[in-house]
Amino acid sequence: MIRVLVTEAAIDIAAELVALERAGGGAVATLTGLVRDDGGVEELFLEHYPVATEKALSDLAAEAAQRWSLAAATVIHRVGAMAPGERIVFVGAAAAHRAAALEACAFLIDRLKTDAPFWKRETRGQDARWVGERDSDRDAADRWKRS
Amino acid sequence: MIDLLYFAWVRESIGIGHERATPPDDVADVAGLIDWLAMRGGGYAEALGDKTRLRAAVDQLFVPLDASIAGAREIALFPPVTGG
Repeated sequence: MIRVLVTEAAIDIAAELVALERAGGGAVATLTGLVRDDGGVEELFLEHYPVATEKALSDLAAEAAQRWSLAAATVIHRVGAMAPGERIVFVGAAAAHRAAALEACAFLIDRLKTDAPFWKRETRGQDARWVGERDSDRDAADRWKRS
Repeated sequence: MIDLLYFAWVRESIGIGHERATPPDDVADVAGLIDWLAMRGGGYAEALGDKTRLRAAVDQLFVPLDASIAGAREIALFPPVTGG
């Protein structure tokens, strides 16, 4: 079961966790990303490329489900304006055993950062700036490439 | 006619997020399209002047800038992605 959602609404982790637990696996791993304060950020705005975003996330979830034989994969990303501390992203994997669930979860969040068309803009006071690409994110995504 | 989409600071510099255009026949790839748009000057030149800062998608698939635009219906130009 694959669930992908791009939404302006808050992410209900409890409901997502229950759905993953009901998928029939023996292990569930999840990762929740929170908006960081990062030196006085008051608002984080997430822009995305509608339709292309959902496709990118669906492709990633399908790849993870196939590679780790998942019972379920969930990828949820918020868009629009958020404040520090709010949930921005949630990924989860249900699998027969823990190693597959944990690895699939790490794969989903690492690759989401480089493969899905989202852009962050941070606002501190009067200063709004678009966040730049990070080499460490690219390296993290690259480690999942199959040789 | 191709639908052109701009995101993040590319959209802000150009001033619009979407437009339609018909590039001349000698514009064969994404890089050529970027050069052709940048020639309009102003916000276009500002946003599209340095191709190393740009990424692209043709019909919603990420592509390198030397990808062909033959038959493309929708081309998006944007900075490197920063989600997650």
